[in-house]
Amino acid sequence: MVRTLKFLGVLLLGLVGPGLVAQQSPTQAQQPVTRSAADPEVVAKGAALAAIGNCNTCHTAEGGKTLAGGRPLTTPFGTVYSTNLTPDPDTGIGRWSLSEFRRAMHEGIGRDGRELYPAFPYDHYTHVTNEDLGAIFAYLTSREALRTGIPENRMIVPRPFVAVWKSLYFKPGTLPQDPTHDAQWNRGRYLAEGLAHCGACHTPRNALGAEEADRALAGGRIEGWSAPALNAQSPAPRPWSADDLTTYLRTGFDAQHGVAAGAMAAVTQNLATVPEADVRAIAVYVVSQMPASRAADSGGASGTSQPGSAPFAEDAVPDSLAATATPGDGAAIYKSACAGCHERALRGLPLALSTSVTDTTSANLIRITFDGVAPREGSAGGIMPGFAGALTNRQMTALAGYLRSEVGHAPPWSDVEREIAKAREETKAKKAS
Amino acid sequence: MITLKVNGQSHAVDADPATPLLYVLRDHLQLNGAKYGCGLGQCGACMVLVDGEPVFSCITPILVVQERAVRTLEGLGTAERPGPVQQAFIDEQAAQCGYCIPGMIVRAQALLEKNPAPTDDEIRAALNTNLCRCGTHMRILRAVRRAAQGFKASGGKS
Repeated sequence: MVRTLKFLGVLLLGLVGPGLVAQQSPTQAQQPVTRSAADPEVVAKGAALAAIGNCNTCHTAEGGKTLAGGRPLTTPFGTVYSTNLTPDPDTGIGRWSLSEFRRAMHEGIGRDGRELYPAFPYDHYTHVTNEDLGAIFAYLTSREALRTGIPENRMIVPRPFVAVWKSLYFKPGTLPQDPTHDAQWNRGRYLAEGLAHCGACHTPRNALGAEEADRALAGGRIEGWSAPALNAQSPAPRPWSADDLTTYLRTGFDAQHGVAAGAMAAVTQNLATVPEADVRAIAVYVVSQMPASRAADSGGASGTSQPGSAPFAEDAVPDSLAATATPGDGAAIYKSACAGCHERALRGLPLALSTSVTDTTSANLIRITFDGVAPREGSAGGIMPGFAGALTNRQMTALAGYLRSEVGHAPPWSDVEREIAKAREETKAKKAS
Repeated sequence: MITLKVNGQSHAVDADPATPLLYVLRDHLQLNGAKYGCGLGQCGACMVLVDGEPVFSCITPILVVQERAVRTLEGLGTAERPGPVQQAFIDEQAAQCGYCIPGMIVRAQALLEKNPAPTDDEIRAALNTNLCRCGTHMRILRAVRRAAQGFKASGGKS
């Protein structure tokens, strides 16, 4: 009810809004801008910054050319298609000037003066310095121009409402340095809160799709996956260290925490190409938001056992099952289908270390169990076969229940059936598309 | 005893419930179509259908498939009367050493039962996790395309 009222309020505001908010001026140049060849060093710096910004993930269509746009981003307010960031004059940014690019990144306004939907995370990019934006622009405009047709957006919210949304939630401007922290931490904060836009997934959003400012990094959802909390509520069974997180961010895997899956896989593929010092700075900043130790945390997700330290005695798991084991017995499913890799062979992650078992939602555990984990085409990385066909919904429910209570030592999830149904639906939709 | 329903027949099997389905198919039921490749669910040579879904039988304990419909390569046709997918693989001579082919056929069967007219991209995506080391990929793709035709003609019956 409160949500509905708030939504109605904003709709009303929106009706009067366009009259009150001056339309931003479109800019003049109609000819492609001729650019002098950019300094290769600046271009290289821009490439690294664009990788930190994860631009290519949204601005590349499935099976499409890198940064040529056209990927559908589904939001509760409709579908918005990412734009072409290559320097094609008609379909890309070939006619854009640096100041227009800056205005888009800092203020969320398109070249034609229209409001940009905040699926484009300018609420984070607004923190990026002009110098860094210059480098990113130099990188983008140095690439091959690709002509693409981008489908029309299918948004239920007209663009002028975005101005109202901005007046409520958008705080433009750079982040001041925090003198109580060192340069590395400040660099990490600048990157994490700005270009890397961690909060776009890891911060919960309100009914109008804005990040909840007072719950920064408290955990969110992205494409069906959970983006776990990175603040004091981090569900990681073993607290992250800056070293662990640097390794994870640069390789997509850390032996104490597991593999980057879902939308995070692409983030780590990008960060693999970035100077290590920047990734480490991000890790230092993010880890500073998390609890240093869960020792003081009584009960809750961490339970009483020491996470990670010999989670299973070698003989705690028999190689065979009692003949009376039933197909709906979560412990028996775990022992017969999972334990072989997760406890013995092949450096499978002990599930007592897995955030997907201690997270607030069962979403990630179910998606990983169903679909497995695969490295990017042509590259090395963690691998796990999916069990979507092998396990019935009832068996998945039993397995999730077992892992949650016996391995995660956490209170039962209430969303298991719902998440199973969603995961099955998504798989079907993916196959049909 | 665990009851398995394989290719429409019920079998009471005396095996540990943790035993991989592949071992029981080959060692107890003498159904040798599914092959042991990697034993880790990564190559697809062991693929069978469980309730119509492709499953790596080498990592699937019989515990979880009892009373469910298991179909193996042998369930898709016989040497005398091959099913449409099998016939297409024969017609295209898609096998070299042939070790991966049962898994390829089973995966293609699963695809065509859901999507009788797949695009090339859909065929490639479906077979992506089935590995072939001889390199008959182009023939395998042709066989699946041909199978789609045969599949339509036979109304999907194998």
